Amino acid sequence: MSSATVSADEARALIAERFSGSQVEGTSPMVVTVAPDAWLPFAAFAKETLGCRFFSFLSATDWKDEGLEVVAKVDNADTNLSLLVKSRLGAGVTTCASLVPVYRGADWMERECYDMFGIRFEGHPDLRRILLQDDWVGHPLLKSYAVDTPYPPYR
Amino acid sequence: MAIKGPVPQIPVPVWRNFKDLQEWETHHQKRPEGDQHSAAFDTVTEGIHSFPGGFLVTTVADNFFNWARKSSVWPVTFGLACCAIEMMATFASRFDVERLGMVPWASPRHSDLMIVSGTVTIKMAPMLTRIYDQMPDPKWAVSMGSCANSGGPFRHGYHVVKGVDRVIPVDVYVPGCPPPPESLLNGLLLLQDQIAHFRRTGKRAEPNPKVD
Repeated sequence: MSSATVSADEARALIAERFSGSQVEGTSPMVVTVAPDAWLPFAAFAKETLGCRFFSFLSATDWKDEGLEVVAKVDNADTNLSLLVKSRLGAGVTTCASLVPVYRGADWMERECYDMFGIRFEGHPDLRRILLQDDWVGHPLLKSYAVDTPYPPYR
Repeated sequence: MAIKGPVPQIPVPVWRNFKDLQEWETHHQKRPEGDQHSAAFDTVTEGIHSFPGGFLVTTVADNFFNWARKSSVWPVTFGLACCAIEMMATFASRFDVERLGMVPWASPRHSDLMIVSGTVTIKMAPMLTRIYDQMPDPKWAVSMGSCANSGGPFRHGYHVVKGVDRVIPVDVYVPGCPPPPESLLNGLLLLQDQIAHFRRTGKRAEPNPKVD
């Protein structure tokens, strides 16, 4: 079976076969929730087996006490298969595997995610702030970041 | 400027007591003294002024210089956000600030005016200060739009400067989000009025009342 011709049902079956602990919902996009250990293997599987070669975006969600959740969307432009991959890192965990070995487009997205949420992507070649200044304190998209944090003399 | 028609009753004292507005008094940049003329210019004018009848010359000279200054205000080309689109429209043919003698100029070293058009982020503020510092005295600044006035809708964002007057001294605040070209033109005319009274009052006019 060529990766360019994987349909949604076949993809669902393949995911259930390879990643038994994952949950799959919906079709467009297909929301796949995987364990944090399976984050990088699933990305490699999605690229090579399911043909999702287009890396759309990577971001995160702060669920407060339940910890952070990383979200990535990858697409197969030939079969219109799009996967929204999610993974709960767990309470207090701020490390995650980097997707850069699989998708080079993940480089700057992970830098932004580190900038805004403080998630340290292990295996990233150049993990530093991308939007804020290098001397910035804190990660502003975390729910625990106080509104109107002073930054004299500007705010 | 009186508003015609029914005006919604806004509880003004509440806003007066708003902490942010009180903060502005302590944070906004004051203009340094003695930036009106060079020392040599002052010496020469004082010398002429001391002669009998010299005041006629100096008054005429003041008026002449003020007229020249206010008729050739060159704003530095400096756009930050969506207000810059309105600023470009003001510079373009339909509204045409060139009839006021204003030429958008691409070098801060030849410019008299900086129109801060848009949101000033904390990362952009040092560059803004640097461009302002490169402009020769006497120089003016117009804060255009809510973002530059106070931070606007992004005031409580983590990366936005709460008003460009925390970074540079501002002469005219133009309210609006974004201000249409007519508003900016009105602001520029106010600025010309300030420049016309530049020397006669001995100091710069106070900035127009700040409206968020």
